[in-house]
Amino acid sequence: MTTVLQLQPLTAADFKGKVDPDWCAGCGDFGVLSSLQKVLAEMNISPHNVVTISGIGCSSNLPGFIDTYGMHTLHGRALAVATGVKMANHKLNVVVTGGDGDGFGIGGNHFIHTIRRNVDLLYVAMDNQIYGLTTGQTSPTSRKGMKTKSMPYGNVEEPINPITLALAAGATFVARGFSADPKHLANLIKQGLEHKGFSFIDVFSPCVTYNHDNTYAWFRERVKKLEDDLSYDSSDWHEAMKRALLWGDEIPIGKFFQRTDLPSLHEAEPLLDQGEPLAHRELRIAPETVRNFITELM
Amino acid sequence: MDRTFAVAIGGAAGQGVATPGDIFAKIFARRGLHLNAYNAYQSIIRGGHTFLTIRAGIEEVTCFGDHIDLLIPLNQDSMDRHIGLMKANSAVVYNSDTIKPGSLTQAQLCPLPVNQLSKGSRSKVEQNTLALAASLRMMGVDFEPLAEILTEQFMRKGSKVVTENLDIARVGFDYAGENFQPFAFPLPMSGMQYAVLSGNTALAMGGAAAGVKFYCAYPMSPSTGVLHWMAAHARSAGILVRQVEDEIGVINMAIGAAHAGVRAMCATSGGGFALMTEGLGMSAMMETPVVVIDVQRAGPSTGVPTKTEQGDLWQMLGAGFGDFPRLIAAPTDILDCFRLVPEMHNLADRFQCPGIILGDLLLSEGRSSVDPTQLNFDTQIDRGEMIVSADPANGENGYKRYKITESGISPRAIPGVPGHTHTAATDEHDEDGVLISDEFTNPAKRRAMMDKRQRKVLGIEAAVQPPVLIGTPTAEVTLVGWGSTSGVIREAVAMLNEEGISANQLQIRWMVPLHGEAIVNILKSSKYTIMVENNYSGQFARYLRSETSYVPDGYIRKYDGEPFMPHHIVEAVKEQLACKTHKTQQLSVPVHEIMV
Repeated sequence: MTTVLQLQPLTAADFKGKVDPDWCAGCGDFGVLSSLQKVLAEMNISPHNVVTISGIGCSSNLPGFIDTYGMHTLHGRALAVATGVKMANHKLNVVVTGGDGDGFGIGGNHFIHTIRRNVDLLYVAMDNQIYGLTTGQTSPTSRKGMKTKSMPYGNVEEPINPITLALAAGATFVARGFSADPKHLANLIKQGLEHKGFSFIDVFSPCVTYNHDNTYAWFRERVKKLEDDLSYDSSDWHEAMKRALLWGDEIPIGKFFQRTDLPSLHEAEPLLDQGEPLAHRELRIAPETVRNFITELM
Repeated sequence: MDRTFAVAIGGAAGQGVATPGDIFAKIFARRGLHLNAYNAYQSIIRGGHTFLTIRAGIEEVTCFGDHIDLLIPLNQDSMDRHIGLMKANSAVVYNSDTIKPGSLTQAQLCPLPVNQLSKGSRSKVEQNTLALAASLRMMGVDFEPLAEILTEQFMRKGSKVVTENLDIARVGFDYAGENFQPFAFPLPMSGMQYAVLSGNTALAMGGAAAGVKFYCAYPMSPSTGVLHWMAAHARSAGILVRQVEDEIGVINMAIGAAHAGVRAMCATSGGGFALMTEGLGMSAMMETPVVVIDVQRAGPSTGVPTKTEQGDLWQMLGAGFGDFPRLIAAPTDILDCFRLVPEMHNLADRFQCPGIILGDLLLSEGRSSVDPTQLNFDTQIDRGEMIVSADPANGENGYKRYKITESGISPRAIPGVPGHTHTAATDEHDEDGVLISDEFTNPAKRRAMMDKRQRKVLGIEAAVQPPVLIGTPTAEVTLVGWGSTSGVIREAVAMLNEEGISANQLQIRWMVPLHGEAIVNILKSSKYTIMVENNYSGQFARYLRSETSYVPDGYIRKYDGEPFMPHHIVEAVKEQLACKTHKTQQLSVPVHEIMV
């Protein structure tokens, strides 16, 4: 029965969740969700072989709106949970979604360490430079000077640059998308899913309710695709770093960096290198191994 | 009282207390002697004072006891701290080139002129080997068992090192034969052979026996030994072991792995557990089982990292906000550390909730002999209601992860199974996993889901046996303890009975479920009840009172970082019985006489 199902080509509709998104009309997150559904269908990945994992926040509600296995975890902890899922069953496609506060604020530590471990998963951060679900406070990516409910006189802190942070931490796939350019974004998501290792896509996903600084119009005026520069070499880390530092009249989007020479965590782990995923292995330990464990104590 | 023999080695950290300790333990266990060992140490890598006590006997040895028969001080400090407590018929073996006995003692002084005896040897630990060999001679042990172990120990370093060590051991052995008085009772033997392991090793092996396939941790004393065993045996046991950036990551990673279908476990101490508490609630809300070991040390905060306490009970009871079913049990000895882990995994899997194992430093870093046949890896494994492959009978498409059932347990499909996709959320959700926390808040559904989860509590209570009284029910005094104090209370009870004070023991292993009614029924018919706890406020006594209103007649508490010794309890009981006409409850706080 399952075989028959797999022979039929999947469509984005096969990934439609049980309920419709409750995001504000015009929210950037819609574009991310539809791009993800479209690419999963195109790549013919069955919904039951995908686990979509998020933290907490507006964008972290995404797993409820897509028909895959989903985990809507704790604020900032999605990457740690996702690492556990991937280690227990490395045959699953793991997609992590969340916002800038979730990923770079409360979850910042896990972000760095998941990158360093090169866990084979796709992490899509819907970056709206604001805390939305808590009704509009400064986020780690809010620009300096931005006025919010938590910093009414303007943000005095420097924002995090997620792209340079990911590059510095050693990410093997680093990209930036814009939710208002779903075709471009879908292409990045596809490359990220295909990449064997940690794939990070920071997506400008404007908040129409609380962020009146970084609007669709503001981004449209500035974003420039790296792909349009034919001389750009995304395997050059130093060049990627240079481009990642650009922020102003011109803000690059596209694939900044990719390297394919590093094994992902489950490939580097001899225990997972061969055989079934851990989740499907025999629970009992072989009697001769047990005997050795006990002999060591005598 | 059965005859036991206790040897103690004291020195600075880095002086090599552990190796002779291991050798003594192996010789005792191979001789068919039971043993119990406790190492009092400090949070310093080099220096400080480390004091290892190993007590052996034909019968089971449940604690490290009250007396030392043989003291080996490796430095002057150790001599000064302990010589005053040595009794008649005991002995002190020491390097007379560097250590002076100081104060007067009833013990036999056994000076070893180490420089003279070890001439020609370049080994830095010659004083330890000489002392070890001399001691064994005095205990009436043959040279061969020592030679066998020294050979095993130094084989890796080559035959030259083995020969050097055997030669120096022989010198010490012969010197003791000629110069020191042997102990009146030579060390007995039995036909048994025991394994010797720490509580941390037992917990880790219990995990392996339970079928744990994912273990992760952040190093924290005194739980790190679990990580060390797991890491060293990961590949042979087929367990994926990860060291994570912090304990928040630890529990979230473990829950992720458990959610994908493996048995997952992690261990920490009180501080790390504090970071895990939000994750504990996630396990409960997503109904993804996870087993967390908390190895207690003296708190609050960083506290005394190398000292023991039973001070985390209330943290375990209250960890995580909101109401949810949980399991909490405190192993009663080192073998029980091994047995409890599979038991806890079975219950956590069946009831899809977090399971907490509440150990402490006394067990985790203490060591005990165990009959190797008791380390049973064929223990029962019950994974509960899990869906691991597609079966049309499971009702594809209509699958509801959080289906409301009478037991409160909903069959759990793991990711990868066709036809069962769903989202597990930490937000409140409906039977099908859809959130009812944001747009669709619904008081009726919220209540139904709370009721569903909490119904599991009834099943949990039925799945665990209530505690039983050990000893004569009509005894004059009942000692109530929980977890690791089992062994020392058992010995105190035996000592009291020997002195004509009839005593019995009620040891609590399961904190949740508590079986409060069964406990109170036992205690109601007791003549005088005393709660013995290794903490300041009587955390278990307060817990039992909050659940049952029961108030005991007296308390014995110790919160100086060191575990109880049997005489602490015996003396406190006598003190309380002597003035039991007092209307208020009595509290005894024994003083730890040995400065370790």
